[in-house]
Amino acid sequence: MDAPTIIAKRIARELRSGMLVNLGIGIPTLVANHVPAGVSVFFQSENGLIGTGPVPEEGMSDPLLTDAGGGPVTALPGACTFDSAMSFALIRGGHLTMTVLGALQVDALGRLANWMIPGKMVPGMGGAMDLVTGAKCVIVAMQHTAKGKPKIVKRCTLPLTSIRPVDLVVTEMAVVGFPNGRATLLEIAPGVTVAQVIEATEAPLDKADRIREMEL
Amino acid sequence: MIPNGASLMIGGFMGAGSPERVIDELVRQRKRDLVVIANDTATPAKGIGKLVAAGLVGKAIASHIGLNPDTQKKMISGDMIVDLVPQGTLIERIRAGGCGLGGILTPTGVGTVVEEGKRKIEVDGKSYLLETALHADFALVHAFLADYLGNLSYALTARNFNPVIAMAGDTVIVTADHIVPMGVIAPDHVVTPAAIVDYLIANR
Repeated sequence: MDAPTIIAKRIARELRSGMLVNLGIGIPTLVANHVPAGVSVFFQSENGLIGTGPVPEEGMSDPLLTDAGGGPVTALPGACTFDSAMSFALIRGGHLTMTVLGALQVDALGRLANWMIPGKMVPGMGGAMDLVTGAKCVIVAMQHTAKGKPKIVKRCTLPLTSIRPVDLVVTEMAVVGFPNGRATLLEIAPGVTVAQVIEATEAPLDKADRIREMEL
Repeated sequence: MIPNGASLMIGGFMGAGSPERVIDELVRQRKRDLVVIANDTATPAKGIGKLVAAGLVGKAIASHIGLNPDTQKKMISGDMIVDLVPQGTLIERIRAGGCGLGGILTPTGVGTVVEEGKRKIEVDGKSYLLETALHADFALVHAFLADYLGNLSYALTARNFNPVIAMAGDTVIVTADHIVPMGVIAPDHVVTPAAIVDYLIANR
């Protein structure tokens, strides 16, 4: 199983029926492919859609129906659409159960940086700051390291997305949470050791009383 | 009608639901130094991206420019000023502008670079940023249906910023996919009332 699939499958296990969930671009989008059987969630696209379905087959796309990246998407039966003010009212107003986003860095306090690298890449924050500030549960989906360098760092050197700490970081190696405001190793992926995770992490990691193996 | 240097709110989300015909005409007439307020600058060949590619935008207020390398290049070289605003804050600032409010209080951006230069206000022990209202000389709206009077309804995700900017421009110019007789859009399905629409243009 490749890293994105491990991450997406593990996050999909957090889904419960009736949740309103927003998935970011990249690995987070893959979570929709692994929704457990019997679980039915509402997926939101922040450009104004609840009930986002899979990418349409070639030739079946509608230019009036797009996802937050501007690509073609489908709407499931029971879907609804709305304007951007309503979309962010849902996000900021405590109606969004969960958001899954990518990250450049997450620090020891659980704070996330995911929207710019000064001088290099300035795409803009889009909806990320509102999503992290407003969602009831924030999950980061990311590879544990980038070019061999840890992404879970002592302190973010990149501009923060929000001061609100994330709830869970899921990588291909581990699940890290922030109970009591400290980075804590909760689960490790099959075939990965605790020592390997610590080696690949810059932030000091507390260890949960019982570190479980990730269920995929 | 639109002069050089005008401020324009333009509907669309990554090009979906943008008033392409008005944008094409702005490019043809080479209207310069435009101030564009919109969610994003689309991609170089689409929607607002065409204005950026033609070098007509002096300043953009947007939430995301990541899919338009033109905008990023022009921002870094200083050819264009780009003010990046969180998407939920941007749409609420526009909504406030169209609703007669001076601004909004939002928790988004507190403790980040977004709060620089802004007033922080505590309400019941929670910190918020005061984000001021946005107005524009023109709102360039794209609708799905417009009746002869100018009542508008929108389709799917092509709605996005459109009904909100329609409230916040001094002059409201609308393109529509279909212009239909009055009564075709039921009163309950009208999203933008004709009374605030100034000009209506068939999209093709």
